Amino acid sequence: MLTVKMSVNGKPVSAELEDRTLLVQLLRENLRLTGTHIGCDTSQCGACVVHVNGVSVKSCTLLAVQADGAEVTTIEGLAKNGVLHPMQQAFMDNHGLQCGFCTPGMVMSALDIVKRNGSAVDEATVRKELEGNICRCTGYHNIVKSVQAGAKSMGG
Amino acid sequence: MYEFSYKKVSSVEDAVAAMQSADDGKFVAGGQTMLPTMKHRLASPSDLIDLGGIGALNGISIDDDTVTIGAMTTHASVAASSEVQVAIPALAKLAGNIGDPAVRNRGTIGGSIANNDPAADYPAAVIALGATVKTNKREIPGDEFFTGMFETALAEDEVITAVSFPMVDKAAYMKFENPASRYAIVGVFVAKSGDSVRVGITGATPCAHRGMRLEAALNGNFSAAAVEGVKIPVEKMNSDIHASAEYRAHLVKVMTRRAVEACS
Repeated sequence: MLTVKMSVNGKPVSAELEDRTLLVQLLRENLRLTGTHIGCDTSQCGACVVHVNGVSVKSCTLLAVQADGAEVTTIEGLAKNGVLHPMQQAFMDNHGLQCGFCTPGMVMSALDIVKRNGSAVDEATVRKELEGNICRCTGYHNIVKSVQAGAKSMGG
Repeated sequence: MYEFSYKKVSSVEDAVAAMQSADDGKFVAGGQTMLPTMKHRLASPSDLIDLGGIGALNGISIDDDTVTIGAMTTHASVAASSEVQVAIPALAKLAGNIGDPAVRNRGTIGGSIANNDPAADYPAAVIALGATVKTNKREIPGDEFFTGMFETALAEDEVITAVSFPMVDKAAYMKFENPASRYAIVGVFVAKSGDSVRVGITGATPCAHRGMRLEAALNGNFSAAAVEGVKIPVEKMNSDIHASAEYRAHLVKVMTRRAVEACS
């Protein structure tokens, strides 16, 4: 067992964990932040994407202890005072989700895409950059539209 | 995943000491292969020694004719490095096409080559560019580093510290990727310096290797046409659900041709 401390969505967190605990397990089972999903559990589907120190990672492929001391942001950390983040709002406005299972990972990856490519990111770039996120409803067309719309509104 | 004892170290010396005192230790770099392998119970180390806290292993430095990349430098950092993009653009491009963005934010060059997956991208570049793998003990020529499927010249307690890539006149990497995993079904890295051409091939066989037949054809006639007459030994190719040996042999020539075209 070991003690792990980090900041999750701006709040300090401390937990006693088995060494083998994955970050996604800490988030879901200890902190009850169940917006981060476990899909494939083999680092392919992207349902578990969160941000660690500002960059996207697959939280099923990172030990909780490897995020010791880090700043972690999950889907729950995006809305402020009951107002959705512009990227969340864009998914809602553009019908960017069907069953919704992949959506938290899609939104977290989308923010990483905007950070690296700017608010005018083109469709081809969005499609390529979303290669690590799988939607089994196959609703990619509206997801791509959502990411571009969200990027635009984030850019003001 | 079976239980293990996690150890974070802050220096290469501490990493080696931790490995030597472990029953069955493993180093972990970015963990993008190590953790899935442990989840599948294909690996069950007693101790997992995390190299992530060793700052000295992270970073890119460039001198007149060499790009040196610290072992713990992520694929995302190599891809985004404006210095690498200028010095060896094909290397930055290769790094930017490994896996997906979240994997590239964690996966490292040292982890990739130490694992030596038969379909990994970096080994093709290490071989074709004639890179040198630097460890805590010695310097290993890229040609001698990859010794077999998932096997390298590294000793159990040997840690890669950096990889040095000589700059070349022209280079290009082309891969025919698995659409799900982005691993190379076949990937070919072609590098040309003066009259000398080197070809590194990954994905095709159990271990990345130099394409000596292709090099012989391209030396003196650096053109896509020169590739056509080369005979690729089908019996040496991998055959699996992704591609047959015959198809891989075909792809070796197609990817080489495209890489040569991209060089000119």
